[in-house]
Amino acid sequence: MRYVARKVVLFLITLWAAITLNFILPRLMPGSPVDAALAKLASSGQPITNAQRRAVEIQLGVPNTSLITQYWDYWTSIVHLNFGTSYSFPSETVAQTIGKAAPWTLALVGVTTIFAFVIGTLLGVYAGWRRGKAADTSVTLGATFFAAFPPFWLGLLLLYVFAFTYGWFPIKGGYNPGETPNLSVSFLTSAVYHSVIPALTLAITSLSGWVFGMRNNMINTLGEDYVTFAEANGLRTRTVALLYAARNALLPNVTAFGLSLGAVVGGSVLVEGVFSYPGLGNLLYIAVVNHDFPLMQALFLVITVAMLVAIFIVDVLYVRLDPRVRQ
Amino acid sequence: MSIVSPVPPPEVPGAGVAIRVGPAGPIPGPLRFLGRALRTLWSNRKASIGLVILGFVILVAVFAPLIAPHSPTATTFVPYQNPSTTNWFGTTGNGQDVFSQMVYGARISLLVGIAAGAIATLVAVTIGLIAGYRPGVIDELLSFMTNLVLVIPGLPLMFILAAYLQKRSVWTIVFVVAFTSWATGARVIRSQASTLRTREFVTSAVFSGEGLFRVVFREILPNMTSLVAGSFFSAATAAVMAEASLEFLGLGDPNTVSWGTILYYAQQQNSLLTGQWVLVFAPGLAIALLAVSFTLINFGVDALSNPRLREK
Repeated sequence: MRYVARKVVLFLITLWAAITLNFILPRLMPGSPVDAALAKLASSGQPITNAQRRAVEIQLGVPNTSLITQYWDYWTSIVHLNFGTSYSFPSETVAQTIGKAAPWTLALVGVTTIFAFVIGTLLGVYAGWRRGKAADTSVTLGATFFAAFPPFWLGLLLLYVFAFTYGWFPIKGGYNPGETPNLSVSFLTSAVYHSVIPALTLAITSLSGWVFGMRNNMINTLGEDYVTFAEANGLRTRTVALLYAARNALLPNVTAFGLSLGAVVGGSVLVEGVFSYPGLGNLLYIAVVNHDFPLMQALFLVITVAMLVAIFIVDVLYVRLDPRVRQ
Repeated sequence: MSIVSPVPPPEVPGAGVAIRVGPAGPIPGPLRFLGRALRTLWSNRKASIGLVILGFVILVAVFAPLIAPHSPTATTFVPYQNPSTTNWFGTTGNGQDVFSQMVYGARISLLVGIAAGAIATLVAVTIGLIAGYRPGVIDELLSFMTNLVLVIPGLPLMFILAAYLQKRSVWTIVFVVAFTSWATGARVIRSQASTLRTREFVTSAVFSGEGLFRVVFREILPNMTSLVAGSFFSAATAAVMAEASLEFLGLGDPNTVSWGTILYYAQQQNSLLTGQWVLVFAPGLAIALLAVSFTLINFGVDALSNPRLREK
């Protein structure tokens, strides 16, 4: 229990620090993001009301009030999920825009991460077990090469080959243009169909972390006495590899789950942008390209908090997997 | 970043590779050290492939004016041309020679990779050493900072930082990338420093009256040369990839010629849809090759510090 309590406290402090960082960053920057944001707003043809100016200022820094007042206003608006109005989607609140996009990214990133975890871990076990052999070298080199592909670039290439040249998959979007999001079979089919190439792109580029982590853990575990003992007992090779070595090598890899999620979420920003996939990544892409500061700040907040929650859950679940950390 | 450097567990006995600089010969110490490090890396097969690729990119960057057939910025050609004998990779929508841009682009990618890697490593070493050598409040505080940077998604943070900065240059990217990618290295160096702190040779150095500065930099630091090199190469890999992403988003300086900006303009001008796939393929492949070379060299560095990873 003490372990969990410690994790909860640490999680809350980290959460506070991350949200505060989101408050400090725009205020640290040279120049005035408020003026830049208002100028951008004005150039988009919207009249700037006092309410709008106030909303922008609360998020990015009011020139004439104390930081403490600003900080209080900032927290108030977060608790009320009041992130102002974005310039890219003026007809709805930022919270609504994000709410609509979140399920897409959750599904895409979730499925991709599980795929990459399973395949990458298996490859890592194999490479670690056949260490120094040709199989190991080819797996390691292949994973190194795939990891070096900028995700958006691989996305562009796959798009070019499979969508543009051969027309096997749609070029952009998350579902057929005619449909509205619902839970019908035809909509879900089109959603899955549209997600194949983005998911493939993300999975290929995030595979290597699991491969290397697992391979190195395997190599370290294979040096343990109990593995040697199992081999000396004449157990079958496969039993030793999977039930003795791999099971224990898997543990440290689980903690990497949260962190690798961050990599996938980061990679998904540009990949979703390339595919115009209707998720959070694409929103951030639009926000950054249009200097849409309210949307950008709210998205960063949502992504960071989601990451922290994911890591926290993995940490707590880890207690069940590894009793040693309970002490 | 999807690059995860295989971090060796610091508890492995004999993890550090102690480097002793011998009596001064005709060649200055640092140079001889570099030569020996290169020779050791060369004996690792993967690292030697990495060194060859990196060497090639460095040569291209240094001799860019001799290699490039045209000026990278001159808009003197017919725009949107496919590869031909004058323009080996075709021309951009602004009528620039893509091959020459690729050659000159090597300079920017190398610069960003090496500079951001070096700054990130400097921060990582400083924070890691202090945290590892000073347990208690200072360690808790610095470790908390490190973990915070580690869990905040790096790429979105980079995008936000770069978007807030109004005036941009290559150095903006260098600092944004360095600011976000020091944490992994700091954590590894911290745990190694905290195990070294209790070793006899450090204790005896403290008892013999050596100052804090000398103990940390002359006794502890040389014992983790491989970790420092490792965190440099991982940060450099991350930097090369991050630079490409930032520039692709248009968050770089659009007037510099780099592999990232070639991709940016290719995307702006819909090169894939007009069939000019070389404009997308070539810069991306170059970025991937440079990133691969850093990672491969890191394999060699890892093998130095963790004997279990060594090739037989």
